[in-house]
Amino acid sequence: MDVIRGRAWKYGDNVNTDVIYPGKYTYTVSGREEIARHALEDLDPAFVTGMQPGDVIVAGRNWGCGSSREQAATCLVYNGVGAIVAESFGRIFYRNALNNGLPAIVCPEAARVIQPGDAVEVDITSCVVRCPAGEFSFPPFSPSIMHIIEAGGLIAYVKRSLEA
Amino acid sequence: MNTTEARHSSSGGQPPSPQTFAQKALARAAGLDSVQIGQVVDAQPDVILSHDNTAAIRRIWQEFGQARVLRPERLAITLDHAVPAPTTKHAQNHAEIREFVREQGIAHFFEVGRGICHQVLSEEAVVLPGQLILGADSHTTHYGWMGAFGAGIGRSEVAALWATGQLWLRVPETMRIELDGELPPWVTAKDFALRVIGDLGADGGLYAMIEFGGSGIEALPLEARMILPNMMAEFGAKSAFIAPNAAVVEYVAARLGRRRSRAEAAQRGERRPQDAPAQMVDEARAEIEALLLDSDDGAPYAAVHRYAARDIEPTVACPHTVDNVRLLSEVSDVRVQQAFLGTCTNGRLSDLAVAAQIVQGRRTASGTRFLVIPASAEVLQDALRLGYIQTLVEAGAVIGVPGCGPCMGNHMGIPAPGETTISSANRNFRGRMGTPDSDVYLASPAVVAASAIMGRIADPRELE
Repeated sequence: MDVIRGRAWKYGDNVNTDVIYPGKYTYTVSGREEIARHALEDLDPAFVTGMQPGDVIVAGRNWGCGSSREQAATCLVYNGVGAIVAESFGRIFYRNALNNGLPAIVCPEAARVIQPGDAVEVDITSCVVRCPAGEFSFPPFSPSIMHIIEAGGLIAYVKRSLEA
Repeated sequence: MNTTEARHSSSGGQPPSPQTFAQKALARAAGLDSVQIGQVVDAQPDVILSHDNTAAIRRIWQEFGQARVLRPERLAITLDHAVPAPTTKHAQNHAEIREFVREQGIAHFFEVGRGICHQVLSEEAVVLPGQLILGADSHTTHYGWMGAFGAGIGRSEVAALWATGQLWLRVPETMRIELDGELPPWVTAKDFALRVIGDLGADGGLYAMIEFGGSGIEALPLEARMILPNMMAEFGAKSAFIAPNAAVVEYVAARLGRRRSRAEAAQRGERRPQDAPAQMVDEARAEIEALLLDSDDGAPYAAVHRYAARDIEPTVACPHTVDNVRLLSEVSDVRVQQAFLGTCTNGRLSDLAVAAQIVQGRRTASGTRFLVIPASAEVLQDALRLGYIQTLVEAGAVIGVPGCGPCMGNHMGIPAPGETTISSANRNFRGRMGTPDSDVYLASPAVVAASAIMGRIADPRELE
């Protein structure tokens, strides 16, 4: 997970959780495959069929604003999304992504220049995004977040701390 | 004590630097004397909120292998998002939640029909000023209306809180928004919230604590205070805050006293009394006053925005984002097939009152449905007692069961493709109400009621 490699799926500003994962499914859909099937349903119907594991979502400002629904992050994890590089994130989505082991990378410079379909590399260890337009660094995660990422997500982190 | 320590602890030493409400509230929740902005703390929330998502959270929590949640008295659970259950799957979800409530002995559990979580936890004084509430609901910013720190979190985080009682939070920067003067007639806190979000964008308050103040905020009626922190979820905010005034303290004290006297009466096997004894309310008030927190004079604000109340006009958020705002006068030719009055933003007694006033003696337009869903059973009872429900139904309104209704597209008023809804809710994202090919406009309850009568987005002043 230190270096993620994939193609870019590029979206705009203020992409909200209702178009990432519609609210009407939140209390009736639970299986991993079924949750995955509805990802970006109202934003980009081509995503679920065209997506390859490791692909990277590249977005503008405030990706994942709106609801706290965690499926907005898990539906992307279940499709194999490697990372999301954005100018900024909705704060609950940001937490949900990291808690589910999905790197949410704040890197406005890279997010602006990456083109749809570009080959993108996200290096978590050296905090760098590489793309055809160049190499862009992003600030390291805080220690609290790194502990969660290193454990493989919040649930694994809590399990470990309860056993300790 | 040596002289250095004495100097630091004496009143003649270095004065402590002014602190924001956010710093003080998170320091208290983390058990620290003080915290810096940007510091990450392990906070222990006073209340952990979940709703129809509780069964999904329980399945995550079960992975920890615990038999009991750490502090069951801190959990608050409402059934409100799809109530009464519209399908068998929803019913199974509710049944799982009731089983969890029984198994864990959750006292703060509110059944189908009691109302929307944020309204009910306010009415029942489950949350108190100065406390920290974290909830698996993005509008947990709501509790800023009473001077509490509320923030939305994810399902896994709630599961972690049930197990460990604590969660990391970054101490946010604070943006101060001042409103000076009194809002003009027919202009409401909803219009002000939409104006702010429109001006600064859906991410204008990203990660920040939004603190409201000024003479215009002081002049707001108590229920109008609930609109602003609630709407700040649409501004990207982590939390929002209004310093409580005497009316807010009185509201919470009366309800805390009532809750405790009912609990005592229930223990004695008595029917619950209507009002708490004055002494219990006095005790509750004293307890609340000891909890109050506010920003210091000179507290560090990342930004300050000032608005003159006389400049705020009736405002509408257009499809499909909350920051896509226009003046009401610019959209008054838009025809609506549904007018929806309700939700945690605008489903309270004062909202039903203004709607009843507007539709009194009139009929909803042909081809337009008027859906009214009180935010809680208490709102419904008060509206029945005061004749608002009678007036609304006479005008052609449909009354729904207290809860979230069609706000997030679950049931009870989903629009058809191609239809347009004018709504008093807080969110108008594409597909939000269940259909991606329908438009949702957001406005104040007065505009929603006037639109129901006119069959198009309408200014209540047209009906005067």
